[in-house]
Amino acid sequence: MIEVGLNHFLVVSSILFSLGIYGVVTRKNAVMVLMGLELILNAANINFVAFAKYGNFGLGGQAMALFVIILAAAEAAIALAIVLNLYKTFTNVNVDEIDKLKE
Amino acid sequence: MSIYDVIFYLFAILTVGSGYLVVTSKNIVHAAFYLLFTLFGVAGLYVLLAADFLAIVQLMVYVGGILILLLFGVMLTNKVTDVKIRTGTIHIIPAVIGTGLLMGVIVSMMLRTNWKSEPGELLFTTTYGLGRILLTDYVLVFELLAMLLLIALIGAASIARRDNE
Repeated sequence: MIEVGLNHFLVVSSILFSLGIYGVVTRKNAVMVLMGLELILNAANINFVAFAKYGNFGLGGQAMALFVIILAAAEAAIALAIVLNLYKTFTNVNVDEIDKLKE
Repeated sequence: MSIYDVIFYLFAILTVGSGYLVVTSKNIVHAAFYLLFTLFGVAGLYVLLAADFLAIVQLMVYVGGILILLLFGVMLTNKVTDVKIRTGTIHIIPAVIGTGLLMGVIVSMMLRTNWKSEPGELLFTTTYGLGRILLTDYVLVFELLAMLLLIALIGAASIARRDNE
């Protein structure tokens, strides 16, 4: 095995990204779709941090990863509020059955 | 193989393996706990990439905040008295073909591209530098994100309890 370098981190993040896409397109439950989204955001973050280390750009990449984490927190809070509202209206949260904006 | 490589492979296997279980596990609560291991693995990768502050933020925000929020979402939108908290899946075969192709393309692109790799000097700790650029170069983004978080939290609270008006 060759020495661990930039490519290894990029491959791990690509696999994580593809798994996230798979979760988003196949899951029915809206909360599971959100988990797929978290995987995608984490994959992007690994890329930011890997290039920040191997690219000699200073700490800009790590600052971007920090911003992505903050955005993920805001997104999770809003999405959970919407999911709770959906559950109140339709009594389930399956994204393939909900095709109306209100009852 | 140096100790660095061994630790990298351990964390990579932890991340990818539990990531696979997150998207395939039938039980939602199990999937949430596998997501915990994925996030731990990503935090380990951050440590290997000399991002110590980010690793701690990852653990505190993701594991301590977002994962708990997701678990609340699971518990509040399913009848917990049901023994099986299960989720259905749709379009399995097209999704496997599509994401398989996507993964093949991205991984081969990542491996074939001749990335210019010139590591800068490794900092002993990044907290000082991160705090410095957050309040100089990125101060506008920092303030905007603070506003965004406030708006998002107020909006989430008002969306979630709209019927009490």
